[in-house]
Amino acid sequence: MNGMALIIASALLVGLGALALLLWALRSKQYEDLDGAAARILLDDD
Amino acid sequence: MGTVNLSLSQPSMRDDLSRYMRRAENGSDSFEVSVKGARCANCIAKIEKGVAAIPGVENVRLNLSTGKLLVVSQGVAPQKILQRVQDIGYEAQPFEAADTLNADEVEGQFLLRCLAVSGFATVFVMGLVEGIWYGPDMADSTRQLFFGLAGAVAVPASLYAGQPFFRSAWRGLVARSVNMDIPISLAVLLALGLSIYQAGSHGAHTYFDAAVMLVFLLLIGRYLDFRLRDRARGAARHLLTLQSLLVRRRTAAGDMETVAAKEVAPGDQLLVATGDRIPVNGVIEDHGTELDLSLVTGEILPQRVDVGSPVQAGTIVIGQAVALRATAAVENSLVADLARLLEAGQQSRSTYVRLADRAAALYVPVVFSLSFFALIGWLVAGAPLSQAVTNAIAVLIITCPCALGLAVPAVQIVATERLFKRGVFVKSGDALERLAEIDTVIFDKTGTLTEGMPVLLNAQSLPPGILERAARIARASRHPLARAIAAAAGDGPVAADVRETAGAGLETGTGHDVERLGSASWCDALERDYQLWYRRGMEPPIGFHLQDRLRPDSVALVRSLASRGLKVEMLSGDNADNVRAMAQEVGIASWFAGITPQQKAVRLQVLREQGSRVLMVGDGINDAAAMALAHVSIAPGTATDISQRASDMVLRGNALSPVVEAFDVARKARRLVLVNFALAAAYNLTAIPLAAMGYVTPLIAAATMAGSSLLVVLNALRLAGGRSP
Repeated sequence: MNGMALIIASALLVGLGALALLLWALRSKQYEDLDGAAARILLDDD
Repeated sequence: MGTVNLSLSQPSMRDDLSRYMRRAENGSDSFEVSVKGARCANCIAKIEKGVAAIPGVENVRLNLSTGKLLVVSQGVAPQKILQRVQDIGYEAQPFEAADTLNADEVEGQFLLRCLAVSGFATVFVMGLVEGIWYGPDMADSTRQLFFGLAGAVAVPASLYAGQPFFRSAWRGLVARSVNMDIPISLAVLLALGLSIYQAGSHGAHTYFDAAVMLVFLLLIGRYLDFRLRDRARGAARHLLTLQSLLVRRRTAAGDMETVAAKEVAPGDQLLVATGDRIPVNGVIEDHGTELDLSLVTGEILPQRVDVGSPVQAGTIVIGQAVALRATAAVENSLVADLARLLEAGQQSRSTYVRLADRAAALYVPVVFSLSFFALIGWLVAGAPLSQAVTNAIAVLIITCPCALGLAVPAVQIVATERLFKRGVFVKSGDALERLAEIDTVIFDKTGTLTEGMPVLLNAQSLPPGILERAARIARASRHPLARAIAAAAGDGPVAADVRETAGAGLETGTGHDVERLGSASWCDALERDYQLWYRRGMEPPIGFHLQDRLRPDSVALVRSLASRGLKVEMLSGDNADNVRAMAQEVGIASWFAGITPQQKAVRLQVLREQGSRVLMVGDGINDAAAMALAHVSIAPGTATDISQRASDMVLRGNALSPVVEAFDVARKARRLVLVNFALAAAYNLTAIPLAAMGYVTPLIAAATMAGSSLLVVLNALRLAGGRSP
């Protein structure tokens, strides 16, 4: 029973963590310019 | 090249563009530029580095998806930024940010957030309830714990993520109109309510998982639909920005100022540079010039106009830059008239009922009555009220249109994505549905079936060396005939000291070595069969045959459209001889020549009243009204802003053949949507009797819901295949 509580709690935490990450990525506009992001990887920063 | 001439049309340092600037609280200015033609990593690097090099610029960011360049600076003049982007080689216009822009962005972000929340909740709740399904011998207290946890996640998640549906359902109720979101909202809320009741009364089944999964699957469809509409709106916005073109006006003090075209009033004196479009109807004031009328009348050879001649808005100055006195405000110009016709046409088109809405109108009453019958049936059969209600709710939940909500957007997004890759830009979601229904195709001639510019036709029969000699002179001019010669000869040297006489021709050298390129009278030629002549000293003149010609793929295009059972017709403002010759060459039996823009619109109206569904393909200002009246319309990439705006699809690049591809994809998409509807209906036909009879457990509900949605999406993906249809 103890083990199950642990598993469920950690599953919930991991899931919420992933959700928070995604919401953060959305808020910091990482999905604004997908074409640009794909192209920018080819650029050298100098 | 022509940069010296062009610079007149670029806003100068003194012009006022400050209304495009926005000042932040920390004192830095942000300025948005709409950049055309940036498509690759190189473009980003070139533009961003180039603009960042302007002193005072703090931050530059090019969004490749939207083509918007955001420049944050400390008081750098917008003109400087525009000029820099143009110098780098891209078309740039100040971006007039509409208020709705932010509303769209907010809506998209909100949908994504809802999608994320419901996705998380679906996975978590499914994990919990699956444990219950596979552990029938689970202790009652454990099951209660699981139900409690599932409810604790599912209820807030569904209530949050379901907001787009609840709001739309509420709007529908207030407006007393039935929409798909009413049964959806009801199903979600009832599923939650029933589950809370069951969990509280130690029941065996809860539908928490069904509620969140419903929301999740439907949100996918909703988000796809949003993306589609957002892209369409983006295109319209971009064109609108290009529409708000700037003109140069002389102030009372004699200075030049740059104002938006819509601010021009009758009586204003405007300066129109070579290569620029005349913004309003007016009268030429200073000296004669030549105009390119091809966008207005379809005539490709330039027309000479003198001082005092009236000129029409939409024509392009190709001779010397001229000053003109505006005789009308922009609202009264031909372009504005056409824009009004266009709007009227678009309104008549907005009555088109999309397939999904037609399905919804059929679907909603059926579902409600089935659910109602289930309730009555169970009560009549003597079941307790709670059981009857449970089964009635089960019917509502199981029929919830997951597959239906995904069926159309999934197919449309795959289809538009595929066409986008092939160079067809679809501006509205229902354009594909309308394209699939056409039975007639109408083409404009000049600039659509043809190249829309003169091309040298007798290069083979010219004496050797003549073409190269003529091209040396021609390269110095921007006149369309001269450019055709230069294009035929390819790159090469330019003669020194070329003098241009507007309306006559070009001249270089002196005395016996003088070389002339121009009209028959300019070169003292007696024949009139050629459009352009070359003469060196006293040698006999040599004629060049320059004519518009068909695009290379026009004949094949017309043939493949005809082979698909479509009627093909051609409408042109050009004279009957030219049109007949072209029609024969391209293989179109039915054509109309010498007709005005208004007559084009009338022809479309007639066909519409006869019940024909017409695809109109056109590029000119004179086609815009007809295009707006057509069932669906396509503009080539070389088309004017106004017809690109009027059209449902815009082709990128120079080829016309994507028209056939678009038609094929539209037909195929329609077939897939109908198959998807059939799949959804088949699923409902099997699921509803089970639900009504009380056999549906949450497991069956979840499996069928996910299964049918998956099936519908996979079916849509068949369209994405690389094979040509």
